[in-house]
Amino acid sequence: MHREKRLSALIAFVVKEMRHILRDRQTLVILLLLPLAQVVLFGFAIRTDVNDIRLAVVDPVPDAVTLALRARFVGNGRFRVVATVPTVAAAEPFFRRGAADIAVVFQPGLAERLARGTGAQMQLLVDASDPNSGTTMQTYATSVIAAWQAEQPGAGRGVRIIPQVRMRYNPTLESVNLFVPGLIALVLTLVSSMMTAISLSREKERGTLEVLLVSPLRPWQIIVGKVVPYLLLAFANVVTALFAAWAVFQVPFRGSVALLLGASTLYAMVGLALGVLIAAVTTSQRAAMLFALVGTMLPTTLLSGLIFPIASMPLPLRLISHIIPARWFIVIARGVMLKGVGVADLWMEIAILSLMFVAFMTLAIRSFRARLD
Amino acid sequence: MSDTGPVVLHEVRKTFGATVALESVSLTVRPGELFGLVGPDGGGKTTLFRILATLLVPDSGTATVLGRDVVRDLWDIRSRVGYMPGRFSLYPDLSVEENLRFFASVFGTSLERGYDLIKPIYQQIEPFRDRRAGQLSGGMKQKLALSCALVHRPDLLLLDEPTTGVDAVSRREFWDLLDTLQASGLTIVVSTPYMDEADRCDRVALMQQGRVLAIDAPSAIGALFPRPLFAVRGRPRTALLDALRALPTAASVHPFGEAFHYSDTRTALAPAQIAQDVLDALRARNLDGVDVTTIAPGIEDAFMALMGDAPGVPVGVPA
Repeated sequence: MHREKRLSALIAFVVKEMRHILRDRQTLVILLLLPLAQVVLFGFAIRTDVNDIRLAVVDPVPDAVTLALRARFVGNGRFRVVATVPTVAAAEPFFRRGAADIAVVFQPGLAERLARGTGAQMQLLVDASDPNSGTTMQTYATSVIAAWQAEQPGAGRGVRIIPQVRMRYNPTLESVNLFVPGLIALVLTLVSSMMTAISLSREKERGTLEVLLVSPLRPWQIIVGKVVPYLLLAFANVVTALFAAWAVFQVPFRGSVALLLGASTLYAMVGLALGVLIAAVTTSQRAAMLFALVGTMLPTTLLSGLIFPIASMPLPLRLISHIIPARWFIVIARGVMLKGVGVADLWMEIAILSLMFVAFMTLAIRSFRARLD
Repeated sequence: MSDTGPVVLHEVRKTFGATVALESVSLTVRPGELFGLVGPDGGGKTTLFRILATLLVPDSGTATVLGRDVVRDLWDIRSRVGYMPGRFSLYPDLSVEENLRFFASVFGTSLERGYDLIKPIYQQIEPFRDRRAGQLSGGMKQKLALSCALVHRPDLLLLDEPTTGVDAVSRREFWDLLDTLQASGLTIVVSTPYMDEADRCDRVALMQQGRVLAIDAPSAIGALFPRPLFAVRGRPRTALLDALRALPTAASVHPFGEAFHYSDTRTALAPAQIAQDVLDALRARNLDGVDVTTIAPGIEDAFMALMGDAPGVPVGVPA
């Protein structure tokens, strides 16, 4: 076939594929709204920074110091006092019912001990059934006490090391900042891997692939024709997710937009190659969907560092995380968005993703044969 | 058999694991011929089509299509063959015209350039050109699929069971269309499980369990039937069937529509004599009003005889 005929065949294929996407209205609406919904949901609901900490105060003998500290907790904004009781035992039911997250236990005669300069003690009881938020709450409570202490006259006496902590890149510890790059990875995986795998295996199931194979179309033309419309859709999704993050949560955007969009496109291409590969090795839409879920969505969610830090994984999982494309993309996206770094610092991740694309695409084209057997 | 022809198969064998789909199949299709592959499901017809369409590679033997080898020259073959798989391969969410234009582009042509060839078929569905293919009736889907397979002016048309699942009127119309196409010089290979459709082919190959039982003109295949054949009509049918089967000289008894086709082992005897004997024997069993007539064996009779009356082999009987 002549070159221009091949090109027009390819264009016809892309147009046909766009029609499939545009006519499946329900799926299209879901796919377009998904990044918006995910950013908003993750942003509001699934936060690891803790607000509205329910505080139980155990104050057996209130005095000037305990009252001052209590006022500090109330005034902090993150804490809400749900109970003030004289003994630890009386605070216990609040923990068991889940009505309190943390308890501050004051020593009797705290003001007097402080004035005398003898050691004064306080106890923090934390509901650590969720260890992450437990630690966070404890940190907040400690900082309230430390701030009060630092303001007391004579606080500078003696040699004390006061750590000056600066939370860089995300000074207010907004977890939404951390999630947005990961969410982009998740949406891209869904659209590129899963939708491509489903759409290609649908052609297998319907028998239309049999006709396409018998046509003069080469396998690469079928794959490119399949993939281009989904790449456009993926691109639209990235833009939506970024816009939602910026408009609703004021997520910072410190680096180059072009670099992030470029990296997103590269990551989407890795996902598309995986999708084609999945469709090539499965025989039904259902199998392709499950395969894509287990093979791409699950690792992207769990092993990429999107939710669980890779550093806290056991060694075997840490090793596996190296072959998860999302792991590298998330590093790039967080780097560009939160740190404002450029290609000079991210070339390795970009190279790894490029290599993965070449490897998966080669595998996909090889397993996508020109014949049925 | 000659070595040239639009389709030449020589000793083709194809297996899927332990299943033998085709066993030493040899046949030649002549230029301009309407050639039928006839046989029950599982006979190997679809596998044979897929080999001709370059989708499968034979384990052994050679297959040439339009003078090209199906293994070596697949890209030469692919642009010159029109193939309609067993399931009509259309996009249900695309309109009639969109389907047709898409397949035209994929084969490097356009609807306009292929229009005059598909005109007699496409005209019948053109009023519905904006309708989604998924909303067409079975007969219209079939015509659209045929138009899609023809739009690039192939030199050979391969149709795998094009009339399965289509109503009787549409089936007849479809075969009329094939006659029109054949008249334009196109070579057509078509498969069907329906014996009555085999009569509309120039020649047929009877296939069963991967083997070709016979290749000949439909009328000549009927003549392969080895014994005198009779149509027996009467009531009650179950009693009649039992009585016929109980005859000591019965060779075969098969229900054919209203009648039973009965053949007798006494091949030396005059048919009229056998008919009289059978009639007497049935009357002796209190079956009155029975009619026994000598008939010329058809292709289905020959097929049943060639299959060796193997039990449990379903033969498609038109509804």
